[in-house]
Amino acid sequence: MGKRTLVPIGPYHPLLEEPEFFKLYCDGEIVKEVVWETGYNHRSIEKICESKTFEQVFYVVERICGICSTSHPFAYANAVESIPGVDVPIRAKYIRTIIGELERIHSHLLWVGLAGHFLGYNTVFMWAWKYREPVLDMFEIITGNRNSYAMFTIGGVRRDIKEEQYPQLEKLLDEFKPKLDLITGAVMDDPVLHARLKGVGVLTAEDIHDFGAVGPVARASGVDIDVRRDDPYAAYDMVDWKVITAQAGDVFAKAEVRLLELYESISIIRQCIEGLKKEKGGEIKAKVKEIPPGIGIGRAEAPRGEVFHFVKSDGSNSPVRHKVRAPSFTCIPTFRRSCVGGTIADAAISLAAVDPCYCCTERMAQVYNYSTGKRIMNAAELIKLSQKRTEEFKTKFLKG
Amino acid sequence: MGKEIFYFLIFPGLLFSGVIGGFLSWFDRKITARVQFRQGPPILQPFYDFVKLLAKETIVPLKGSRLTFLFAPVFALFGATMSSVFILLPALGIETGFSGDIIVLIYLLNIPSVCYIIGALASANPMASVGASREMKLILSYEVPFLLVLLSIVIKADMSIKLSEIIAVQSANGAFIGSISGIIGFITILMCIQAKLGLVPFDIAEAEGEICDGVAIEYSGSALALIKLTKYIMLFAIPALVVLLFMGGMNFVGINILWSILKVLLVVLLITLIRNTNPRVKIKQAMKFFWVWMNLFAIVAVILAIFGL
Repeated sequence: MGKRTLVPIGPYHPLLEEPEFFKLYCDGEIVKEVVWETGYNHRSIEKICESKTFEQVFYVVERICGICSTSHPFAYANAVESIPGVDVPIRAKYIRTIIGELERIHSHLLWVGLAGHFLGYNTVFMWAWKYREPVLDMFEIITGNRNSYAMFTIGGVRRDIKEEQYPQLEKLLDEFKPKLDLITGAVMDDPVLHARLKGVGVLTAEDIHDFGAVGPVARASGVDIDVRRDDPYAAYDMVDWKVITAQAGDVFAKAEVRLLELYESISIIRQCIEGLKKEKGGEIKAKVKEIPPGIGIGRAEAPRGEVFHFVKSDGSNSPVRHKVRAPSFTCIPTFRRSCVGGTIADAAISLAAVDPCYCCTERMAQVYNYSTGKRIMNAAELIKLSQKRTEEFKTKFLKG
Repeated sequence: MGKEIFYFLIFPGLLFSGVIGGFLSWFDRKITARVQFRQGPPILQPFYDFVKLLAKETIVPLKGSRLTFLFAPVFALFGATMSSVFILLPALGIETGFSGDIIVLIYLLNIPSVCYIIGALASANPMASVGASREMKLILSYEVPFLLVLLSIVIKADMSIKLSEIIAVQSANGAFIGSISGIIGFITILMCIQAKLGLVPFDIAEAEGEICDGVAIEYSGSALALIKLTKYIMLFAIPALVVLLFMGGMNFVGINILWSILKVLLVVLLITLIRNTNPRVKIKQAMKFFWVWMNLFAIVAVILAIFGL
């Protein structure tokens, strides 16, 4: 390593809302190498899910992430419902879409605020979070909770939106729009922010393909992907909206994509409310008796990108295997291209620009013996083990 | 001798400027809070902070140099107090001072920053050393336009390098901020003191989101309390200097008390508003800003001052 200094970002650092460790190896202010260490927050959600019934898993996966707490149930619902092929009622689809989009609004506003905070621009931080409050109020009107909404269930949603709540929601949306204009203006027209964010942490479309990054991070680099359009679920093919992309790939483009997506979300919610008005008195939940044996795959576009859930059922009342892949899992490693070669100041905002959600993406890479503290296996050995097992399975099953 | 000690410790030195600085710090925090739709702290909060920190344990990093680490805040406080005495004695009209006190002041105002750098480097923390290198670059950037603005003031005050005479010229001919060179100089010095006080957009040496308070990262307990007190005093001394240089100083007779307080509050308000409407810039951008734009402004101010504008 030579004369490089280690500047630690984490495990506990003002930049990170969650425990995570980025080691920046620096030469002066220039970042030469970044090493990412996970494992501070592992909760073995997938294993817990295997001990719950299909219905209970919703409330477990909701707690994978506190901010995008609907995207995981959304993807899980898509996965489980694809096993028996449940036909979700239209009214439930609209309600699901409204919750998904409201979540996008509050999550993106939260990111704008945090990004402002990391830049020392605390006024944007406070304003964005203040204007996020009415969105949480909307959640409270619809679901009864400000966070962790517990709305999803197999075949539909658990609560209906009542008719007298439509005007309340529409009023809150009307009031929210000018505030959003204000924040968008404050971010897009600030010359100092331009100087600070443009050309920083640039990811090209090639980088996005190399790392498989998804969501706003990919769209800011001109990669036009969005699960809502490419593999429509819920009511996204019933409403009119467009995917926002930008070409620059820098931090500013990422902010731009997120802010403009908010306008699309508002439009989607309005159309869904209109749709609900037409679907008066419809069912909100399809009857699902049992989940037959089989595998289901569910995808959903979380505020941070594509969430992927894999569920395997053996016909019993709980999944035998549940696999979660959160968007941050592919977005965070892009720091190798965006941070290296820049300064520490740029590295901090580039790390934050992918809107990392660490607990979503937490992976166990080592196996320790708890009582002795001795390491039994590291990541490479685990991979070797899995490859060996695959070979064994191949020879065992494919021969016959 | 007794008089000097009184000046240093009680009025207008340590006690007086510490208390007024604490109130100004509250003013700054309250305005910030109101801009951000928050309630803000009670008026005594800066003093609660200070007293609480005094009672806390002071932790010294194991690998650092203990003596240097602990003495740096003491010297920083000493420098801040001395500069506040040098500014306030003529500003309040207590003593006339001596010819050349403005030059002494230039050195005294740099002592706190230099002490932060020394203390940060003594703490052997990588974040602190990044912060220290940033602080060094920042001093190198803002010091040149700061000196140039002082030069324009000296030219306007008939080549006098005595603070009390600068006030005397202003009370005879009107405050310097009324002239074109005065306005340009005022804008320049406002930016320079923003960097001197370490506030956004030039809080690069402390950058919370990047290097967690940089130079002050290892400080705790009473050492941190001293740093806080230094900041309070600087928050009073530097706006007082600006008031002295551009707005004709302060006067504590009759209705002028109100005017003097308003002048200081106005400068602090401007600083607070700047810090609340800007993100933090990078050190490279800050250096470019000071070396190119602020130097240009300051040189224009000097040239205008030579022509008597």
